Amino acid sequence: MEYIGEHLMPGKMGHLLIIISFVTSLFAAGAYLLSFRSGENLAKQLSWKKLARIFFFIDVVAFLAIFIILYSLIANHRYEYFYVYKNSGNDLEPKYIFSSLWSASEGSFILWAVWHAILGMILIFTSKKWEAPVMMVLSLMQACLSTMLLGVYVAGVKIGSNPFVLFREQMPDLPIFTYADYVSKIADGNGLNQLLQNYWMVIHPPVLFLGFASVIVPFAFAIAGLMTKKLGEWTKPALPWTLFSAAILGVGVMMGAAWAYESLSFGGYWAWDPVENASLVPWMVLVAGIHTVVIYKNTGRSLNSSFLLILLSFILIIYSTFLTRSGILGETSVHSFADLGMNAQLYLFLYVFFWLPLFVLVNGIKKKLIVFGISIAFLILANFVHPLFTVIAPLLAIVGFMWQFQMVVPSHKKEEEGSSREFWMFIGSIVLFFSSLFIIGQTSLPVYNKIFGTKYAPAEDVEFSYNRIQIFIAIIIGSLTAVGQYFKYQKTVKKYFLKKIWVPALISLVFSTLIIVWGDINYNKYGIGFLASIWIAVACSIFAVVANFSYIWIGIKGSLKLSGPSVAHFGFGLMLFGILISSSKKEILSYNTSGISINFGPDSKENTGENLTLVKGVRMDMGKYWVTYHSDSIHPKKSQWYYHIKFESKDGKENFTITPDAFVNYQGNEGLMANPDAKHYWNRDVFGYITAMADPERNSDTASFEKNIVKIGDSIFYSRGYIILEDIVTNDNLPAEIFGPNGKLFEAKLKIVATSGSHYTSVPRLAIAKEIALAVPDTIMSESLVFQLNKVEGTTAEIGVKESNSVLQYITLKVYKFPFINVLWLGTIFMAVGFCISMIRRVRLNK
Amino acid sequence: MKKSHVFFLVLIIAAIAVLISLLPYGESTAMSSYETVYTAKEKEGKFVHLVAKLDTRQPVEYDALKNPNYLSFTAVDSLGATVKIVYHNAKPDNLEQSERLVMKGRMKGEQFECKEILMKCPSKYTDDPNRMEQSIINNTN
Repeated sequence: MEYIGEHLMPGKMGHLLIIISFVTSLFAAGAYLLSFRSGENLAKQLSWKKLARIFFFIDVVAFLAIFIILYSLIANHRYEYFYVYKNSGNDLEPKYIFSSLWSASEGSFILWAVWHAILGMILIFTSKKWEAPVMMVLSLMQACLSTMLLGVYVAGVKIGSNPFVLFREQMPDLPIFTYADYVSKIADGNGLNQLLQNYWMVIHPPVLFLGFASVIVPFAFAIAGLMTKKLGEWTKPALPWTLFSAAILGVGVMMGAAWAYESLSFGGYWAWDPVENASLVPWMVLVAGIHTVVIYKNTGRSLNSSFLLILLSFILIIYSTFLTRSGILGETSVHSFADLGMNAQLYLFLYVFFWLPLFVLVNGIKKKLIVFGISIAFLILANFVHPLFTVIAPLLAIVGFMWQFQMVVPSHKKEEEGSSREFWMFIGSIVLFFSSLFIIGQTSLPVYNKIFGTKYAPAEDVEFSYNRIQIFIAIIIGSLTAVGQYFKYQKTVKKYFLKKIWVPALISLVFSTLIIVWGDINYNKYGIGFLASIWIAVACSIFAVVANFSYIWIGIKGSLKLSGPSVAHFGFGLMLFGILISSSKKEILSYNTSGISINFGPDSKENTGENLTLVKGVRMDMGKYWVTYHSDSIHPKKSQWYYHIKFESKDGKENFTITPDAFVNYQGNEGLMANPDAKHYWNRDVFGYITAMADPERNSDTASFEKNIVKIGDSIFYSRGYIILEDIVTNDNLPAEIFGPNGKLFEAKLKIVATSGSHYTSVPRLAIAKEIALAVPDTIMSESLVFQLNKVEGTTAEIGVKESNSVLQYITLKVYKFPFINVLWLGTIFMAVGFCISMIRRVRLNK
Repeated sequence: MKKSHVFFLVLIIAAIAVLISLLPYGESTAMSSYETVYTAKEKEGKFVHLVAKLDTRQPVEYDALKNPNYLSFTAVDSLGATVKIVYHNAKPDNLEQSERLVMKGRMKGEQFECKEILMKCPSKYTDDPNRMEQSIINNTN
């Protein structure tokens, strides 16, 4: 069929460019390898290098073009493309076009590859003699990324997922494609996932992927070190890059935490979700690697650990890619990518980089062939014998690498002094590394299930299952961070150490005591043991902050140039402190005290009631605040509602409004998708989001008044309690010009006793003015009751009672208090700044 | 023996100790397991992950005005067994749309007391053809 109105050109271009990028990056890798192998033959070396550069430039241009084409397809709403239809809609603000570009797996691979292209360009101009081997690794990686986008079938196996595939090719059976002019019939796209319509989703992914992409640079230098047999020299150019990676990746991860905090309604910034862990772990290993590299540069020790940690940090990046994109996380994660049916391909990707270091390390073609043969043999075993080999093979590759490495570079015979800086730095790196192994080990649970066919699920209390281990890591790392720099390399004289450390130690001791005694940290959910651990960890984090701040003056005499480590460690200390305080003192403010809820009999002891329902315009009691659902407004283009909620503290000192919003019935998704909002104070956040709201369909009021004839003292029952007529007041001294000669005003004083235990009073009135009866009803919003006084005869009254839903516009809210959350964000910034200062210093030293 | 080696050893021992304590007979930090309605009932009182979906033939009981912290519905698993679920929290956004629910909690008598619900929605993350078909029908003029 000839279809009308399709724009096929950009898609064909895009797909062609993907293939070009694959081929050229593969050729670039090959040409760089040949350049490297030309050895002393400079002319040959240079000509291969030139060729490789041309190939790489083409790859760079191709990826930039792919990015631009995909952007313009989304911006122009070309819904004939499946990726565009699936991930965007007409209502997107311009900034969210970027979010939809990288919202799905394919787009984020493109983003990643674009960063590699840019980093590659920088390396071509700066890495000098390292260019050939380093760029070879980077080009190889680039080729691997391209395969993820190829979208071709080889012998019935799908390789990669092409973002430029047409809707009608993806789902040919949909009836709409029987029309030749189907394009004009598609009015709107499927829309971008509401959770991603958040400004953090515009900046978090590029930063995170720059972090991901940059981790390959130290890896490539390490491989280059193995190739050139200059086993230690690579650390020099690699160190500034490693610092850069650590800064960017760290910030990227924390931006993700900020997004989770501001946009996901799980009530926090970190939930030990596998997706979070998968990006945290490479960062931890990388930071451990920085420390061992610094040890090596200063003392010549720990070269083997430097190799191991730097190589592993990049391999863990690919492993995390595998975890988040293979769909293997399934039930355990709330936000992984969809399974694109490329698990085997993702695994192969990972497999290549596991074996690459060993393959490069061993000497001679014969040994290389053996390594290659073993790796292939294990693939076959994994595929045909038992999936257990999928895990054994990578571990074997790492162990094999360490074993071979040990034969080339024997480790130091002489042991480090217990008083040396390198000893404690090494201990710190090892602790960090072990901590990361715990995290990735726990996160990989779905992988074990897959291999062994078991059905283990994460623990009941996932967060605590991590925290109870990581709290001890925090104590060790916190105190090492504090004292580390006060040691000297080789050997520290005890007197020197004590002389320098006593002031910061004393200050920290005072601060910690004050905070622990009066700080009201009494998180006793897990018993006194855990609480004591928190106290110790808080003290250690304070020590880290104070000691590193002091070291700028005590140790390096205020030199900005040298302050990188102190600033970074100071920031890290702040982060630890922020994490410990904000988590252990996090409070739920919205405990249900309003009287709106009723007790549910046998279940009542279970009912912690963390949600509070607010009726529009009615002031509610919420702990130390009065809260009012004041008003609401809607986004001009999409069904995104903003709820203005007024908070007044009962002591009258605070008065503010937060505006959480929610997508209501967005893009055919019934129900709501809530975004929190927070009031930021310097020392705490009050953080709330909508958990439920009135169903608009129930808003038609079908209830009617039920007549009750009662005497004073009688009761009327309603569904959630009873009503007592307490008194009837008759007033006949009324202005005659309004009420006429026999005007009367009756007031029925009602007392409402709800089964929840709450009491209310209501005063419906009945006016007799100029012989006409006029009822003035009264309502009790929170019980959805309307009272109307119909008739009064002496002590008997006829009272109409209506139980209604239509009078009520309500929302249900959950509110948290996060104290000192800003310290965490501030610490992140300091840490990144510290990394950058160090990076600048290392770049200058290398010149 | 080097000091760092001693330290290593201590760490490894600690690691093993922790791993052992993780095995599934601890309490709240022990590993749990995925269950069907039948096997969950067999393990009454034990914390499990119940995998099922909303039984749309039965009513969902939730009224934020009466109690925003009480949700009750019936779940049906892939074998067709049903169980009443009680969840003391606000109703999750996309309960009705979820193709699968992972409910973390315990069987208590005849009902499943749920502490957390994970929803597997046919969301934009996945390429569910039925959903795409529905979506295209909605977006066609």
